Amino acid sequence: MHLAYPAVLAALLFCVGVYGVLARRNAILVLMSVELMLNAVNLNLVAFDVWLRDTLHAGQALTLFIITIAAAEIGLGLAIVLLVYRNRGSSDIDRLTALADHGQPAPDGPDLPGPAADDEKAEATA
Amino acid sequence: MSLSTKLDVNLAANVSAAAHHPGFLSPTGVEITFLLVGLATLGAAVLTVTTRQLVHAALWLVVALGGLAVEYLLLTAEFIAWVQVLIYVGSVVVLLLFGLMLTRAPIGRSPDADSENRPVALAVALAAAVTLVWVVADAFRSTWINLHGVAQGSSRVTGESLFRHWVLPFEALSVLLLAALVGAIVLSRRDGADAYAGADTGAGASADAGAGAAANARTGGKEN
Repeated sequence: MHLAYPAVLAALLFCVGVYGVLARRNAILVLMSVELMLNAVNLNLVAFDVWLRDTLHAGQALTLFIITIAAAEIGLGLAIVLLVYRNRGSSDIDRLTALADHGQPAPDGPDLPGPAADDEKAEATA
Repeated sequence: MSLSTKLDVNLAANVSAAAHHPGFLSPTGVEITFLLVGLATLGAAVLTVTTRQLVHAALWLVVALGGLAVEYLLLTAEFIAWVQVLIYVGSVVVLLLFGLMLTRAPIGRSPDADSENRPVALAVALAAAVTLVWVVADAFRSTWINLHGVAQGSSRVTGESLFRHWVLPFEALSVLLLAALVGAIVLSRRDGADAYAGADTGAGASADAGAGAAANARTGGKEN
């Protein structure tokens, strides 16, 4: 088999995952896109392992380790998302801006920082 | 002149690496199957990141991950393929569906599934895709995988290499999975007075989900 087939497929899958991570708003959809990216890397590892006929089978061992770590990551990630949902009433990552830097504050307005206002909005919509 | 010599050297290297290599324009059956399954996988992945129905995204992810399992089979890595089916399709997607339900994701079309920086994301992804595909296709233009002979990823081969050369990372991974289990439980439980005062049903449900997630990860590791 031509090596370009799996390599190009892995590159395209990775880019689809990049798009999903950047464009999605729901935290669980972002986690799905991360899974897509990890799978693209796995496909690359398996293809190159089979191509090089590695005696240690480093590619396949690493693929198994990545699958295991992805399972652990999805467990922890979902626990974090559920915790955020419980505390903030939403799993919308665009609204989690408590640590954001909102530029310089308004010169004459009251000293209400941006994050607090966002917090109130999030609480109100929850 | 020098180009042709370089081509000859390349060709000779290929012949030595793979016993025989077909021409670029004469795809074998395995290649055609790989291409078709790859197209289905890619389409399912694109639908996963673009559909507006959250549950449908998880179901399209099943198709994409299953297609990848078929690709592993075509690359003769059968053990990886079955682990992929067991862990990704069997447990990770179920966890994602549980997460969608526990965060009360809307069932129908949700208009705000995509954030407003979608054009930027599309531009970044397209630029990365063009760059990566160009580089990869240019680098591996004349490289063939030899799929004949003994299978590279049968359970026997994978098990031998895993337990002969990769035992220490394997054991370290079990410790990592234990840490993930404990971490998920700690994250999901309510500590202090809240745990006893709160009659909130949501707390119990999400604590169960977190513990289930970690337990699933643990069993996933054991299956490895």
